[in-house]
Amino acid sequence: MNGRRGPAYWLLAGFFALFVLFLYGPTLTILVLSFQGPQGGLTFPMNGVSVHWFKNLFEKQMVGDFAGSLQRSMILGVAVMLVTVAASFSAGLAFRSRFKGAAFIFYLAVASLIVPSILISLGIGLLFRVLGWDAAWFSSAFGAHLTWTLPFGLLIMFAVFNRFDRRYEEAARDLGATSWQTIRFIVIPILLPSLIGVGLFGFTLSYDEFARSLYTSGTFNTLPLEIYGMTTNVTTPVLYALGTVTTGVSFLVIALALVSFTWVRRRRQRHGSDAGKAA
Amino acid sequence: MKRANAWATYLQVSPLALVFLLFLVVPIATIIVVSFFDYNTTQIIPAFLLQNYEELLLSPVTWRTYGQTIQFSVVTWAITLVIGFTVSYFLAFHVRSATWQMVLFLVCTIPFWTSNVIRMISWIPFLGRNGLANMTLIQLGLIKEPLEFLLFSNFAVVLTYVHLYTLFMVVPIFNSMMRIDRSLLEAARDAGASGWQTLWTVIVPLCKPGIAIGSIFIVTIVMGDFVTVRMMSGGQSASVSLMMMNAMSLLQYPAAAANAVVLLLLVLFTVAAMMRLVDIRKEL
Repeated sequence: MNGRRGPAYWLLAGFFALFVLFLYGPTLTILVLSFQGPQGGLTFPMNGVSVHWFKNLFEKQMVGDFAGSLQRSMILGVAVMLVTVAASFSAGLAFRSRFKGAAFIFYLAVASLIVPSILISLGIGLLFRVLGWDAAWFSSAFGAHLTWTLPFGLLIMFAVFNRFDRRYEEAARDLGATSWQTIRFIVIPILLPSLIGVGLFGFTLSYDEFARSLYTSGTFNTLPLEIYGMTTNVTTPVLYALGTVTTGVSFLVIALALVSFTWVRRRRQRHGSDAGKAA
Repeated sequence: MKRANAWATYLQVSPLALVFLLFLVVPIATIIVVSFFDYNTTQIIPAFLLQNYEELLLSPVTWRTYGQTIQFSVVTWAITLVIGFTVSYFLAFHVRSATWQMVLFLVCTIPFWTSNVIRMISWIPFLGRNGLANMTLIQLGLIKEPLEFLLFSNFAVVLTYVHLYTLFMVVPIFNSMMRIDRSLLEAARDAGASGWQTLWTVIVPLCKPGIAIGSIFIVTIVMGDFVTVRMMSGGQSASVSLMMMNAMSLLQYPAAAANAVVLLLLVLFTVAAMMRLVDIRKEL
């Protein structure tokens, strides 16, 4: 920690590098293998290079309904994202004041995190069956996903509001702002980066969710269910092409979040605002 | 003013509360109710029977499966704890620039945002009979025949758990470490503590909350898992959730529900024990 870097540093740095390799290595392998030639198999060596398997992926009859499930997962992800941001932000505001039942709702959120996903899936599936309703990706699966994203959103909002300087709000109120104006023009702009973060959580958790979709998505599969189905009956590199495309979408969303994050920050610096310092 | 505020507060928290009520409390209540129901091959029949629990708890398969699941949880917990702690320790105390700290932390977290199923699949070209691992070992002359236990085995299951979930250890432990006042470490050094002593007597105790939160995540995820076990064990291992799913596919909903209740109790007891070590709300 002081002065020159000793052997401990290099040992730990090596360990860290191996860990990163461990995290990314397999994904990179399938990225490479998804460009396998038309005659290629599931493992190395590469048998030529082509985009054959990507084309294959979008031909409907070959591998189930990839395009449809991708579309459903996207719509669901965006819907879950919007509700997660709005509901966690609003709940975060509420939790700043004491109210009856606050502890209970907090424990519900914790319970929602620790109850295994498959139990929630099973419970919602059973509930719909008992009530005689049809489970569908836009109703039961939507609710199931929210039970996973909202606790994360709420915990992030707790962390954010703990560090939020309430004097900004007081100043706004002293200047005659209504409570809605305070939220709209003071609180939301200051917290924007965190809200983007909550949105990122909401979208990607929903987009990748498997267990909670299992008994809740009804007739039409979401993407992870489709992929899972494919793993059991597809034995060509089209599986890897699918992996590359899905991972690509995830990376795009992460990049988008990071870009808007930096953009908000830059804009603040340019405008000489001190708003960011509170968040 | 006061009363209006109270109403506003309830209004603000209501969407969140409503979701938890409708999609967490009611479904879990449904599971509990259905676990006492009767069933035949075509339908479930409202009743109050203990038979589902009797059949479940008297079957040796149940105990074996629970044993297997607990074993997976403990092994995964131990490995992710060691890796997670080491990685966080490096990030928190050895990376000196805040920018690099952030960048490396992001590097660790990004895979979390990608699909778990895909990340499982990506082990196939690595671990398979003709996969990279076997090829490399053969070329190095370390083995003659491909190792069979790499893919579709308990080894593969644990490896995948570690791959997918170590992040859940890294984030809370890193968070705890970043809150440690650096002057405490200096004080320890001034008082003559060696590096190891500082680690064991200062850093580890202060990281306990992070370790507890990470452990809760890992244990609950692994206990409820079925995808990894099914995909990576090649059907050779079982898990409690897989057992439940089998009952579901045979339309034995009450049997699955009884199993779900038992699993839920096990998870809640485990978490309650770990929660004694930490106040989560203080950690945010």
